Amino acid sequence: MPALLALHLAVAGVVGLAGSRLGRRVFWLALPAPLATTIWAATQTSRVLDGATPTASLTWVPALGLDLDLRLTALGLLMSWLIGGVGVLVLVYASGYFTDDQPGLGRFAATLVVFAGAMCGIVWSDNLLGLFVCWELTSVCSYLLIGFDDRSDTARNSALQALLITGSGGLALLAGIVLIATEAGTTSLSAIVADTPSGSAVTAGVVLVLAGAVTKSALVPFHGWLPGAMAAPTPVSAYLHSATMVKAGVYLVAVLSPAFADVGPWRPLTVGLGTATMVWGAYQSLRRTDLKLIMAYGTIAALGLLIALFGLGGTKTTFAAVGVLVAHAVYKASLFMVVGIVDHAAHTRDIHRLTGVGRALPATAVTAALAALSMAAVPATLGFVTKEAALEGLLGAHRTEATVVLVTLVAFSALTAAAVWRFWQGAFTAGPPAPPSRVGTSADPSASTPAEAPIDPTRLHRPSPTLLVPAALLAVVGVVLGVVPGLIDPLVRAAARTLDGDAGAHHLHAFAGFNLALALSVSALAAGAVLVAAAGPVARLQQRLQAGSSAGEVFRSLLAALLRTANRVAGTVQSGSLPVYLATILLTLAAVTGGVLAPAVRLPEGWVWAESPLQALGAAAVVAGAAGVVLIKRRFAATLALGAVGYSMAALFVAYDAPDLALTQFLVETVVVVAFVLVLRNLPEEFRSVPWQGRQVLRLITSGTVGLVVLAFLLATGGPGPAAPTDELVTVAAPQGGGKNVVNVILTDIRALDTLGELTVVATAVLGMLALTVLALPGDAARQEARPQHGARRRPPPSRLAADSSAVLDVAVRATVPLVLTFSLFLLFSGHNAPGGGFIGGLVAGAGLVLRTVARPGQPPFGWERVHLLVGGGLALAAVVAATGWHGGRQLLDQRVATWEVPLFGAVKVTGALPFDMGVYAVVLGSVAAILQGLGGSRRPDRDPGVAT
Amino acid sequence: MILVLALATAALFSAGTYLLLQRRLTRILLGLALLGHGSVLALLVAGGRTGEPAFSDGSTPARFSDPLVQALALTAIVITFAVTVFLLALANRSWELTGDDEVEDDAEDRRVAARTGVETLGEHFEIAPDEREFGHSTDTGPGGGTRASREVR
Repeated sequence: MPALLALHLAVAGVVGLAGSRLGRRVFWLALPAPLATTIWAATQTSRVLDGATPTASLTWVPALGLDLDLRLTALGLLMSWLIGGVGVLVLVYASGYFTDDQPGLGRFAATLVVFAGAMCGIVWSDNLLGLFVCWELTSVCSYLLIGFDDRSDTARNSALQALLITGSGGLALLAGIVLIATEAGTTSLSAIVADTPSGSAVTAGVVLVLAGAVTKSALVPFHGWLPGAMAAPTPVSAYLHSATMVKAGVYLVAVLSPAFADVGPWRPLTVGLGTATMVWGAYQSLRRTDLKLIMAYGTIAALGLLIALFGLGGTKTTFAAVGVLVAHAVYKASLFMVVGIVDHAAHTRDIHRLTGVGRALPATAVTAALAALSMAAVPATLGFVTKEAALEGLLGAHRTEATVVLVTLVAFSALTAAAVWRFWQGAFTAGPPAPPSRVGTSADPSASTPAEAPIDPTRLHRPSPTLLVPAALLAVVGVVLGVVPGLIDPLVRAAARTLDGDAGAHHLHAFAGFNLALALSVSALAAGAVLVAAAGPVARLQQRLQAGSSAGEVFRSLLAALLRTANRVAGTVQSGSLPVYLATILLTLAAVTGGVLAPAVRLPEGWVWAESPLQALGAAAVVAGAAGVVLIKRRFAATLALGAVGYSMAALFVAYDAPDLALTQFLVETVVVVAFVLVLRNLPEEFRSVPWQGRQVLRLITSGTVGLVVLAFLLATGGPGPAAPTDELVTVAAPQGGGKNVVNVILTDIRALDTLGELTVVATAVLGMLALTVLALPGDAARQEARPQHGARRRPPPSRLAADSSAVLDVAVRATVPLVLTFSLFLLFSGHNAPGGGFIGGLVAGAGLVLRTVARPGQPPFGWERVHLLVGGGLALAAVVAATGWHGGRQLLDQRVATWEVPLFGAVKVTGALPFDMGVYAVVLGSVAAILQGLGGSRRPDRDPGVAT
Repeated sequence: MILVLALATAALFSAGTYLLLQRRLTRILLGLALLGHGSVLALLVAGGRTGEPAFSDGSTPARFSDPLVQALALTAIVITFAVTVFLLALANRSWELTGDDEVEDDAEDRRVAARTGVETLGEHFEIAPDEREFGHSTDTGPGGGTRASREVR
């Protein structure tokens, strides 16, 4: 079974790729997929009839209980026959239906094949979630196929309507599945049916699942999309919207009915909606003048019947429902194909315009007649046989609901019989009398528009065999099975038995004798004949009833209301202002966390104001600096205040006995301040003063709240001292990481994956910065000229640095830089055991570069290409070192310790952390160089001479 | 728990948030830098009281300053650094393009906010098939002629 599903995907891929070149022959290429399903179904039939249930399983997402548990029940087999058999015929039909120059045939055929695969998935899946995935896939395929003519508004909107309705139904289904699966503790369909959970959650789940089923199967009041779906090409209508996809909802109701038929709302919903749909669909079917819409409403009505029958859950009704399902698929697919043929020949489907088609296309007319007889349930057809079974089943079931269905079924049969006659007569003969409103126009031939004029029967061309044969085959099958129901009886019985153990006792009979069911059938046909005879009065009555809003209008106004609401909400929330967005997010965060934290706020054990004067002083300096950053309006001064905060932080780290932190912070702050200065020399000196608005209050409230919540968080979570788990880190650091500096070992060994990620962030940010600064983007020159002049506020161009260079500084730097670089290397190598390491070393080396740039501006220490090399190469080195951990079946970043005897130095111990740290060093050094170049304004002269220093 | 550090953290977060809500990219950046400092300090506060420097020879582990906190703080410092540098380049770019570093309102969001009705929508969304008959074929069959029913009616 998985192989078959894979075959569908493979065929779809090939067909989709080859499609544009093959024209309509692409459908022959697609044929293997449904053909394989059919052949496979044929080989499995005898096994399954003997009671076997072939299974196959593929693990997919075990954590979610989402596996491909495939299982072929007899009902699944029956559906496979339909999916495969009708699929083959539809593809053959499609190859005659389209022309070679029709664009998008490859896409069309591929979607059709994917759909066939997904449909198989639905009927084979024993996993409710797997079933759901396939279910949604069919919705998407249906959307694509309805909207195949993507230049037509009608097709696109109908496709969207179908997707919205079936899609929201699908969401309900998912929610229902989750509820039921949670209660049952399993997602297996067979397990849930075998051991049905109960409770209010299950009841809610059942209602949601039913919502999914009735939207998919187009029951009232969700039927609006199916007539719209008739905008699809006829092969799609025949395949998806009559034979298979709309049966998915029926299938779901069928397989769940044994489990949930007795759950509160199940029968009222299925029977209520089902019977309402039967009446409404059959009535609409009788009213329409478009052949395809007559069929579409007939399908809706039949789906209502199926859901009602399966929903009842009785032995014989279930058995009969399986039969009706087969009969409907067979005759309706055939009739749709006939509609396509007529449309093909006459370029219209309006029964008022069609005339004389029967004489011109006799074979088509006979085919249609055979299929129509089955639809009208005339004796000696499969339609009759199965409807007899349904009537008998309903007569035998002593339930109020069954009686409701029975009465509706008789009315439905009468209406359907009349609609079928109207269909056939309208399509193939002179047609019914035009309704009164049109009599006036047709009396004066010159006034009638071309769109309403009758067609000229002599100009009809005969259908090609590829069009006619599939339709005729299905029509003949309907009659043959009607005369000899024994051919399909075993399969129907077996399928019914999978739903209801006792259902196998029943049989389909070509003629069950003179009984009440037969009498009902005959009287329904008679009533149908009366309706036909009274066609004129009926049409007038219908015109009078026509007032009132249609499902399409209701859907449209609902959609418009939804979008209006969405617009209003979005308009209110999306003010477009970044501060407002941020304030909203922050206040929400503060309110949520603050509410949780408030009860837990207390002073933790072992708290002190401060451990040393340095700590108190440092903290005070941090706060003062922060206040300075906020209050100072001049950019440079504000930046210097930020630097003060950073250096005070370094002091706090010193007080905390964290030498690595203090070193890093000190160096980083230096580079950051330099970077700020490099950018700020371009910008206006002061922040423009902010006009007082309501916004200021919002800022104060938000920032105050955030500060309080952070304090509450720290107080609520604070503990007395170094947390116990870190002791473990400390004890493993030396033996495992081969180093004494625990912080460095953590960074380069124990948590080295974090460091690798962090390096990637640095490298990405720096490359992004280079892209924004060094590399001139297209159109820059034009923008430079078009830019409004801020000459008065703008600082002179970056050459200012150059003007300040002094000879003394230059000499001093010449002497210092080599020392700084050497020291940075020392820090790099000693870092594993003493304060230092790759970051600190790289930053110290970077500081050397800063010095050099200050002394000799305009002469970048590296070519900018080398910056890329340093950053990229360093990252690559770190990654490679990390990956060597895999060597010999060990883990990523599992580093080794090696000791070599080196002449003069003695034993040198080298750990994997060293090359890793060297990568870090290179990235950091490259980053600092990049900052100096990118933000330092040393643009490449050849590209942008105007800004170069 | 060292209380002054906790208080300083709260102050840094307040100041940072205030600056974050400004219109100038430079001030937003300064705010982000302060928030970064605040986060590092928060990590330190979570580490509890001070101990010995974390070097694993000589002293007993229980008296170390929490090394894990320090490692996390180092990572935080470096990432804040990288982000700051990138945003600086962004501010620079913004100045190059517009001569200013103001973060303006999102024009698209403004348009959404200004739009109240669905007038345009109603024209675009129309479902023909239900009440109108198809009239001509909407099928895309061979020779299946006209496009949409609205052309017919």
